[in-house]
Amino acid sequence: MNNSLVVALIASGVAYGTPLLFGALGELLAERSGVLNLGVEGMMLVGAVMGFWTVQRVHGGSALALVLAIVVAAVAGTAMAAIHAFLVITLRASQIVSGLALTIFAGAAGLSSYLGNDLNLSGLPASHAFHPVFPNSMQSWPIVGPIVFGQNPLVYASWVCVIAVAFYLARTRPGLNLRAVGEAPGAADAMGIDVVKYRYAHTLAGGAFAGIAGATVTLAITPQWVSGITGGAGWIAIALVIFAFWRPELCLVGAYFFGAMQALAPELQARNISLGPTELWTNSLPYAATVIVLVVVSSRGARRRLGAPAALGVPYVREEA
Amino acid sequence: MTADGVAVEARAITKRFPGVLANDAVDFEARRGEVHALLGENGAGKSTLSHILSGLYRPDDGEIRLHGQPISFHSPRDAIDAGVCMVHQHFRLVERFTVAENLILGDRRGAGRRFRIDPTAVEAQVRKLGERYRLPVNPRARIWQLSVGERQRVEILNALYQEARVLILDEPTAVLTPDEADTLFETLREIVAEGRTVIFISHKLNEVKAVSDRVTVLRAGRAVATVVTADASPQSLASLMIGRTFELATRRRDTATRGDAVLDVRDLWVEGDRGSTAVKGVELTVGGGEIVAIAGVAGNGQRELAEAIAGVRPRTRGTVRVAGRALRSGDPRAAHRAGLGFVPEDRLGMGVAPNLPLTMNVELKSYRHGTLGPFLRLRRMRERALAAIRAYEIKAPGPDAEADTLSGGNIQKLVLAREFAGELRVLIAASPTRGLDVGAVDTVHGHLCDAAERGVGVLLISEDLDEILALADRILVMYEGRLSQVERRDDMDEIAALMAGAENARP
Repeated sequence: MNNSLVVALIASGVAYGTPLLFGALGELLAERSGVLNLGVEGMMLVGAVMGFWTVQRVHGGSALALVLAIVVAAVAGTAMAAIHAFLVITLRASQIVSGLALTIFAGAAGLSSYLGNDLNLSGLPASHAFHPVFPNSMQSWPIVGPIVFGQNPLVYASWVCVIAVAFYLARTRPGLNLRAVGEAPGAADAMGIDVVKYRYAHTLAGGAFAGIAGATVTLAITPQWVSGITGGAGWIAIALVIFAFWRPELCLVGAYFFGAMQALAPELQARNISLGPTELWTNSLPYAATVIVLVVVSSRGARRRLGAPAALGVPYVREEA
Repeated sequence: MTADGVAVEARAITKRFPGVLANDAVDFEARRGEVHALLGENGAGKSTLSHILSGLYRPDDGEIRLHGQPISFHSPRDAIDAGVCMVHQHFRLVERFTVAENLILGDRRGAGRRFRIDPTAVEAQVRKLGERYRLPVNPRARIWQLSVGERQRVEILNALYQEARVLILDEPTAVLTPDEADTLFETLREIVAEGRTVIFISHKLNEVKAVSDRVTVLRAGRAVATVVTADASPQSLASLMIGRTFELATRRRDTATRGDAVLDVRDLWVEGDRGSTAVKGVELTVGGGEIVAIAGVAGNGQRELAEAIAGVRPRTRGTVRVAGRALRSGDPRAAHRAGLGFVPEDRLGMGVAPNLPLTMNVELKSYRHGTLGPFLRLRRMRERALAAIRAYEIKAPGPDAEADTLSGGNIQKLVLAREFAGELRVLIAASPTRGLDVGAVDTVHGHLCDAAERGVGVLLISEDLDEILALADRILVMYEGRLSQVERRDDMDEIAALMAGAENARP
């Protein structure tokens, strides 16, 4: 039963979906504060290369190396996000231009590739990687074994993050403030909430999540570094936030859906099932879905209906003369 | 502190903006337990003063005392913490939040201080406050679901919830129906009965008379007088406001010469914004030199009618003729060329291009004349703008000032200057004086009457019955997309009945 295509697809969907989930949670936090971050892909790549570099360099226990790698990846993502935050919040530059610029700057032909080459990381297997933590006996339980107990620790960490973010948004004072900042920065400011501080904090947090998302790719899914390894996952994460109506719990569902689509090609191949030029359509499926979702929901009216933060993409200028 | 102790005191407040001295050494004080009105024309400095009192602006000079203590606010939050809360004309509410969530947002003492938020406690408090001050509102409703009047209640509740000692209300009745306004006045009396202070900003004399205990009149950035309201007549307040004695009784033209029909509308049907039919088979004629007024409660199709005639909105059926020429549906340029001028209701959104300088705005419709091929003749445009500024007495720093830096009255003068520039046959004026102060209203009325004297057919659409009675030669009432003719021009009862939907002969 555990070898059936459906169970295997769900199990791999969860694994493949985890970087998307981390990326989407980060993007969600930034967007809820009113900052659109199109640099997720670039931040993921920088997190991916720096996380991978850390496990190659740290000599010591596997757990230590991996925890350090996640921290380094998060810091790298945060540093990238700091550039974005400064440009769009303090200097009020165009959020779209700044985000795109960061992705190009850090992308497959930019900073992350340079670091990968310069640090001689390409083509090496990871010295340490995340592996399933539960005993084999549990992993072979029907259905829940591979799906729930066959996952690496980052998957479980992402579940904690989803719950934490959902609780934060709905039930806490800072979460309420955050939503106000993204919906009506003028009103929030009048109530004494520091709009700039909230936007910075959540853009930076978004960068940290993106960095971790990148490290998830190079340390758990395909434990190696190849230039451009995230393969557009950052863009899917951005689409996911819209697809999930800016709600963390729906980000999880969407991430696993896209993850399963990514897993479709390898799973079919593993079973020697051929559906014509498989690569052509299975590999492009997540991207095609992303494009469709973005087109459908990007009209202004649709965004409002779906629950986009009203001040998303709009710099805040206090009206004091 | 005694019951009539001074709550707020401003001494020699001065505030400058580029090119404008908004407050010039203003002295002002409001006592505990009183409704104190700030009366003045638009641009007199009322809003600036209230923004200074509520912490949004900082004064360039002068001192504010609260309950005798000198204070200096650096933000609206400082003012709220000190017990001074402002209810803005444009509400400061998060539309997607519930009423209770909005209240928690500003709360720094009670439920809002905890990390975890629990709206239920706040909801109970909202209900209690709502009952006590006659501000009923469902605490679980989301702001976007509420009417404008209800949103204002939320703002006032918010101030009370934050235990404000001083409430500043900026033109609160502008968004209310007369009934809602009366209820608001009762609420304000309740609030001051407890020793709180209400500062009520308005340019409407009757409101100020109805609600305030004392009134401070501002003119051109100066506080010209503070008087006990009961001792002041509307005329005396009006003359303080505009600095000259002023006939509140309105102008009435004796000689209405009706020429040939310049505007002829037949069987006009127009669709509204939400796909419903807003105008249903309207028939309408305006003769040259005639002022025809359309009365009615807003939202009965007046805006759609005006826009369809002006060509801004396509019509589904019917014909519009200006001086005999049939206009194509949805073609504003054709309407303009036929000699139709349009003063739209939304003067900042539709009447002018807010970010363009005055020069460009004056020429918006006529720039095609006298250009050199594709090039604009900037110097000539500037000269014409200067001429318009002089002729229409537009108060502006200069022809390069952007339109949205002007006050409402001056924007309206700018629109009129532009619409009168060509050869005008018909003028559609939609709520041309809404939100304007007494002086500007008078000017606009003067221009409308002058136009009629020159043989222009004027179609005036207004909710202000006083305005309609003062100007119109003929009155029509619009109700649910249809027009009814008022038989006896001065019969208020008939007009009121038609506005409420009574049947009458169709014109």
